[in-house]
Amino acid sequence: MPSRVDPGACHRMTILGGPGCLPFEFVASPFVAMAASVAMSTLSTRPTSAVSRSRRTTVTVQAAAYNGSYAEELVATANKIASPGKGILAMDESNATCGKRLESIGLENTVENRQAYRELLVTTPGLGQYISGAILFEETLYQDTRKGTSMVAELNKSGLVPGIKVDKGLHPFANTNGESWCAGLDGLAQRCADYYKQGARFAKWRSVVSIPAGPTSIAVRDCAYGLARYAAIAQNAGLVPIVEPEILLDGEHDIDRTLEVAEMTWAETFKYLADNNVLFEGILLKPSMVTPGAEHPKRSTPEEVASYTLKMLRRRVPPAVPGIMFLSGGQSELESTLNLNAMNQSPNPWHVSFSYARALQNTVLKTWKGEEANVQIAQESLLKRAKANSDAQLGKYDASGESADAAKGMFEKGYTY
Amino acid sequence: MQASLSSRPNIACRSQFAAGAAATSKRSRCSSVVVAGLATEKDNPFAEELKANAKHISRRGRGILASDESNATTGKRLETIGVDNTEDNRRDWRQLLYTAPDLGNYISGAIMFEETLYQKSREGVQFVDLLKEQGILPGIKVDTGLQVLPGTDGETTTQGLDNLGARCEAYYKQGARFAKWRAVLKISEGEGPSSQAILENAHGLARYAQIAQQNGLVPIVEPEVTLGPGAYSIEETAYWSERVYSHVMRLLNEYDVLLEGILLKPNMCLPGLDAPSASPAEVAKYTVRTMMRTIPPSVPGIHFLSGGMSEEESTLNLQALQDACPNSPWSLTFSYGRALQSATLKTWQGKEENWGKAQAILTALAKANSEAQLGQYKGPHPAPGGGRILQALRFGGAGK
Repeated sequence: MPSRVDPGACHRMTILGGPGCLPFEFVASPFVAMAASVAMSTLSTRPTSAVSRSRRTTVTVQAAAYNGSYAEELVATANKIASPGKGILAMDESNATCGKRLESIGLENTVENRQAYRELLVTTPGLGQYISGAILFEETLYQDTRKGTSMVAELNKSGLVPGIKVDKGLHPFANTNGESWCAGLDGLAQRCADYYKQGARFAKWRSVVSIPAGPTSIAVRDCAYGLARYAAIAQNAGLVPIVEPEILLDGEHDIDRTLEVAEMTWAETFKYLADNNVLFEGILLKPSMVTPGAEHPKRSTPEEVASYTLKMLRRRVPPAVPGIMFLSGGQSELESTLNLNAMNQSPNPWHVSFSYARALQNTVLKTWKGEEANVQIAQESLLKRAKANSDAQLGKYDASGESADAAKGMFEKGYTY
Repeated sequence: MQASLSSRPNIACRSQFAAGAAATSKRSRCSSVVVAGLATEKDNPFAEELKANAKHISRRGRGILASDESNATTGKRLETIGVDNTEDNRRDWRQLLYTAPDLGNYISGAIMFEETLYQKSREGVQFVDLLKEQGILPGIKVDTGLQVLPGTDGETTTQGLDNLGARCEAYYKQGARFAKWRAVLKISEGEGPSSQAILENAHGLARYAQIAQQNGLVPIVEPEVTLGPGAYSIEETAYWSERVYSHVMRLLNEYDVLLEGILLKPNMCLPGLDAPSASPAEVAKYTVRTMMRTIPPSVPGIHFLSGGMSEEESTLNLQALQDACPNSPWSLTFSYGRALQSATLKTWQGKEENWGKAQAILTALAKANSEAQLGQYKGPHPAPGGGRILQALRFGGAGK
């Protein structure tokens, strides 16, 4: 079992020009610490552009991976989020989607109710023990709590890095099999700069791939390419991009087919990330786990999911990437935690953790029911789920204390986020 | 570079529906990505063996002896010690290498030229059997040499795809268990390899790798960004190396090469020949960064070539890699030719009475590099000093 101490310590000392790495007990997750310190110490120079030698194709070569003024900070933030025992609370549901959540517990979709709900989440005492970052929707990034403090300030107080969803949602993709493409590049640079000013330090963009639809090569390509362009823009504005090409759970396909599509999607994604000079040491990934389709008759055990998922990651993810934060995408709270736990039974070259929305919030919502009197107990249930996933990140999750509710699946066919 | 390198049309599509065909289905108008199901893992009977052999060759404390010089190149080596380039002399030289006592403690694989794969020792024992006795897996160079790319400034492509499948099958039968194909990319002052050269060489490597795996041979994928004249910085080498390896990996992915069943043979990042030498720590820093950014963890072994480094440099730099990358996900090790053979050859001088001494030097060099791979090398080096060695591009076809 790998030892579990904060690799960020080694890294932070390097940024501040301190004496370098502390004695051995602080170098427990050496991949992350090493990647960080190597990336940082080699960021100082950058080769000048060169013209290709070939007389026929005088193509001007683009410069090397991002090495601008935010480079060190990006690496530091990515490593802070990807700390042992920590993961991300995804709470960036759009107003419409948040409305669905509130309606499910009988609440109206008003700005006050959304505020009350998000306040419940961000003011949960002790959340920072298990959660290193929270992804917000734009409204929430600019919102205050009812007591007048900003949501951002509450997060920072608890040691959570504020993040922001920056894409403009999925749209129907012409001439494909009913697939979608993700919009949001127009004006993105300005949006990111504004969000940085407001306190965000990481961003998220969610694109999707549908196995029942093929997927078609143009849909995969656009998914990957959009992510790469977004990532480059975000980094230039000081935001660590979370790269999320979600392979939707919908479908009857088996786990082998998911593996194929996942390998292809990530190959394509890394291709364009490299072409767009994205600094790999300053990004985080948000993949879907490799599982059978929701309607496939045979379920997979956590061990099988872990084996397939790690195989895919090992084949496609360069170790320079500090963290891989899985989405839960319709799996039950329990499934999501068990699968994550199975993936952390031996050391990985990157931090393997969670960025869960429904898998963290489901029980919280049902416990709160919109009642002030239930806030504390609802917060406790959030903490319980956060701790469970933190334990899973450390590979020591024990499922014996779980309720039946946690095992309820949350898959909705054709779910629109 | 961006557009021309990334937009190689439809490589991702395994099945293309023609426009207008089967008009009843909406799907038919779309180019579908229907990947031929896991061609390497599930359909390749050699899959487990490839993975096991790759893991075995790249295990900690081991590296590869590159002894696959063509007859012509071997001749040049023998010439330097006044020995004629005959089949018997070439056989003697390789016998010296392969029967060095305890070599198998440090060397896990030996790459051979075709002639050598089929050769027997003076006593009539097959070389492949002598190697197996030492616990060394036999490997085989399968490319047929470099050829200049038209329209470039002396850049090359590597030949050898024609009939490669049949040759690999025969080599496997003879006892080879891994293969090697060397692609060369040039950089010099202010100029990197052209997009044409990068794509062409990456493509060749990927096709070769696919074919080798189909025939049970673990492919060593060697995209050498070769040391050249000029005072270009180590950052430039790192930059170009990163571009090259990124493209090699893309094409390996597109051709469904089983990454757990390959080995990589890259260059370390060094500054140009006319720039001051970099310290081992600096070489390691940039080399590790490049590998971290481009090579996924499922590749079990990264066996660096020694081109451009003296024997001692090769060992010191290898050790520095371990320091710069503790707990690396792949084995950072060696596939050395000159760095293991140079002093050995000089000691032998073609003389029978020097046989034992020469073998001892070879084993000592292998041991030094094995220790360096483990991060435990202390010195003194069996062949200290030595200057930069320009790895001249070798032109010509098979047998030259």
